[in-house]
Amino acid sequence: MDAALVTSSIEDIEIQLLLEALYQHYHYDFRQYARASIKRRLLQARSQLGYASISEIQAAVLRDATLLPRLLDFLTVQVSEMFRDPSYFRALREKVIPHLHTYPSLKVWVAGCSNGEELYSLSILFHEEGLARKTLFYATDINPTALKAAQAGVYSLDQIRLFTENHQRSGGRSSLSDYYTADYGRAVFDRSLSSQVVFSDHSLVTDAAFGEMHLISCRNVLIYFDRELQDRAVGLFRDSLARRGFLGLGSKESLRFSAHADAFDEFEREEKIYQRTAS
Amino acid sequence: MRAIVIGASAGGVQALLSILTALPPQFSCPILIVLHVPQRNDNPLVSLLRARCLLDVKEAEDKEPLGQGTIYFAPPGYHLLIEKNMTIALSSDEPVNFSRPAIDVLFETAADALSDAVTGIILTGANHDGAQGLRAIGAAGGTAIVQDPSTAEMPAMPLAALEACPLAQSLSIDEIIEFLRKEAA
Ligand SMILES: C[S@@+](CC[C@H](N)C(=O)[O-])C[C@H]1O[C@@H](n2cnc3c(N)ncnc32)[C@H](O)[C@@H]1O
Repeated sequence: MDAALVTSSIEDIEIQLLLEALYQHYHYDFRQYARASIKRRLLQARSQLGYASISEIQAAVLRDATLLPRLLDFLTVQVSEMFRDPSYFRALREKVIPHLHTYPSLKVWVAGCSNGEELYSLSILFHEEGLARKTLFYATDINPTALKAAQAGVYSLDQIRLFTENHQRSGGRSSLSDYYTADYGRAVFDRSLSSQVVFSDHSLVTDAAFGEMHLISCRNVLIYFDRELQDRAVGLFRDSLARRGFLGLGSKESLRFSAHADAFDEFEREEKIYQRTAS
Repeated sequence: MRAIVIGASAGGVQALLSILTALPPQFSCPILIVLHVPQRNDNPLVSLLRARCLLDVKEAEDKEPLGQGTIYFAPPGYHLLIEKNMTIALSSDEPVNFSRPAIDVLFETAADALSDAVTGIILTGANHDGAQGLRAIGAAGGTAIVQDPSTAEMPAMPLAALEACPLAQSLSIDEIIEFLRKEAA
């Protein structure tokens, strides 16, 4: 075999072992994540953290728990923006919100909330549409650094231009600047947006369902899972949704091939918004 | 299974049109393409090519198995990757070389998944994306091709690829078409 091929297949073995070690020792389970992307990011981790091999990372992280958060930053992808894909938020505003008005109180779960961009987008949307006061949000992720950032709700001012433009394109009824104060190059989002939010560490891979949600928004998370793991997560959503509750996915994710497709109706096909069937 | 991967940037629409419309209906390999387009735009080529190509043309979907004689484009805003089980993966990881989709990501995962069973082609462009990816394809025993820089609308990208992968063949558009016709005949 060619030298490059031998190296690559040794790396595959090392990655398999590292993921197994992370699961057994720390209960973080990346074993069924889409492998090509994981491999690219672990090879980046190896060079940026200064190790000669993936096996060396494994040996180090097993003995030194302080390395874990840094490794998680490579294993999970923290790329997000507020009102990402404005048409998704427009569809929520125009099509889903009218249904939500009919409930006396609401529970909304943002699964894989990253640094909170999606959560604050939804919170602002619910404020604009007069639903905020009766809504309890759950924002979950497995990356502790991201969860902390989500709780803080502070973004660099460089990003605000894009966020503002997205917000407008989503049909925003107010100005984004109503919701943050600028402070030394940072935008600090208003406490009132996160006062009714429960932040918590929850894995779609290893944790259980939690109940009676009216809307679950889980965008650009399933794309990192293999088919079987996607089925597990979607099963969790099915079990966590109230009857006729809504599920919103990322623009390149769908339930088309899901084992649980029958439990959902397509509600807004283009925007990947589904509705739990009544049964 | 063999596959073809193509990367193109500035000037790429014309080059891709010439190549892809010249392929016969019995062309047997999947072709995966990263074309740099401004983030928010739909890929204009997909619908254009659908009308003018003899092969199936589509935007790549996450987890779909590679199909014979199908042309897949990376959706704007997503990286396009090939998994070892010959399925497509999309990801919204950070941009690479300021691009998402990035040619390097497609080419490096293609080299990893297909080793010598892949042909990588770098067409016209004004940046350096794809150079490392083409090198990876060469190193894994695959076939590396660049559009002859003297015939490219923007020579920077083929030049950078040649520099990273000096053994790559430098071919005109017509020669690339001929190569592909033989490859998948
Ligand atoms: C690309 S971000 C998506 C952020 C946001 N939802 C969006 O669409 O912009 C993916 C997030 O999923 C989280 N994640 C990865 N695996 C997870 C799991 N098993 N359970 C919950 N969240 C997970 C990552 O930590 C990361 O914050």
